Amino acid sequence: MELLSHLFNTLLQTLFDLIPIIAIIFGFQIIVLRQKIINLKKILFGLFYVLVGLGFFLVGLEKALFPLGKLMATQLTDPAFIYAGLESIPLSLHWADYAWVYLFAAAIGFSTTIAEPSLIAVAIKANGVSGGAIGVWGLRIAVAIGVAAGISLGTFRIVTGTPLHYYIIVGYIIVIIQTMRAPKMIIPLAYDSGGVTTSTVTVPLVAALGLGLASTVPGRSVIIDGFGLIAFASLFPMITVMGYAQLSEWRYKRNIKKVTEQETES
Amino acid sequence: MNRLLVNIARTLLDSARDLLPIIVVIAFFQLAILKQPIPNLNEILIGTLLVVIGLALFIKGLEMALFPIGETIAYAFARKGSVAWLLIFAFALGFGTTIAEPALIAVAAEAAKVAASADLILDTANARDNYANGLRITVAFAVGLAILIGVVRIIKGWPLQYLIIGGYVCVVIMTVFAPKEIIGIAYDSGGVTTSTVTVPLVTALGVGLASSIRGRNPMIDGFGLIALASLTPMIFVMAYGMVVH
Repeated sequence: MELLSHLFNTLLQTLFDLIPIIAIIFGFQIIVLRQKIINLKKILFGLFYVLVGLGFFLVGLEKALFPLGKLMATQLTDPAFIYAGLESIPLSLHWADYAWVYLFAAAIGFSTTIAEPSLIAVAIKANGVSGGAIGVWGLRIAVAIGVAAGISLGTFRIVTGTPLHYYIIVGYIIVIIQTMRAPKMIIPLAYDSGGVTTSTVTVPLVAALGLGLASTVPGRSVIIDGFGLIAFASLFPMITVMGYAQLSEWRYKRNIKKVTEQETES
Repeated sequence: MNRLLVNIARTLLDSARDLLPIIVVIAFFQLAILKQPIPNLNEILIGTLLVVIGLALFIKGLEMALFPIGETIAYAFARKGSVAWLLIFAFALGFGTTIAEPALIAVAAEAAKVAASADLILDTANARDNYANGLRITVAFAVGLAILIGVVRIIKGWPLQYLIIGGYVCVVIMTVFAPKEIIGIAYDSGGVTTSTVTVPLVTALGVGLASSIRGRNPMIDGFGLIALASLTPMIFVMAYGMVVH
């Protein structure tokens, strides 16, 4: 019963999110463009699917994944777990003691990104536009690896307490260098993948991890060190997506070279 | 009937596969590393089932509604040929989808609390509401402007990287001058604006425009709207902080 009322409230909330978008689009379509909406029935059904789908998705996440994921984030960052093998909690920490945290950060970053609906949408579109040259799974995995590396490095930063802007500035320098060398076609898509990763599934879990770490690692403040993981999660996918394109291009060129070499030999 | 069932089964299987990594990660860490049983197993199973069904329905709706809507409106504007109306639409879409975004409302309320506790504004309900509303309008304006600039860029065929790199240089410079309390909120506001409904719509709009304007490549010119929409809020929120504080 409680589940039903929760579901109903979430559906209502999602409906209110959708209304301004629908109003703007249909308003312009009818008043400015003076155009009949083609396939109105299909579009209305589709919007209904989007509404119910998002509602179910959000309620399910709040019921199942978020409570457990957040609980695990606090348990893994708890000094009682990290120093379980020792008799007392040491006064100064060593960054290597947090190995499980880095691994968890990478694993949760990777897996939540694979399930991110907006990334699935962008990957489907990119696959269609590129005529199949960019694989749906290739792009999703490249972005997920980026988020995994980013969040893992972000937790390392919180543990060591090094300033955020050093990492971000070095990251942007890498992005600029890659932008100059990567295939032109991939650049806008790579930049977009930075923005789509920080969405429904990833943000709540990653935020819990950051806050958990910042409140348990001695000498860290929640306000100064607690955020910033999201910034890592939007920066690294740009690097890995451009890297993925560079790798594909390199392999393609190498194959062509091999084929021409074989042809000249024979 | 049979085909429909096969179709439904396939969509559900696809979303189950999308969620499998999270389930594996959580189960592994809970059982093998933390060595604890999984609490409320029933509730978690029901929740996971809801997520799988929800994701399957959303992907179906995406291809039936969100993509076609974004594309047809892009083609319609390209045919009408009125740049002014297209730009008004771009701004309205960005502003309208952001102003009502629940994640943004939550962040703005949180930011007002932080500002009140740091004595930057008066700690009354009225002052906090004003601050939060100002922040929301600022972010929504920034996203509207981002989509507008992005559409101009698609029409003109400007390379995206100059805009983005220039924007980030701007962010870095403003970080130095903006009040410390606003920086975290500013960086976060870039991420909260791109919601699950907006991303597919805006992507389809960009790609649709780039493919209907002669001389534009949908791959090079069509993408990039999302990147701009995550960049401008950072600049505008820091500016808001500098003006208000």
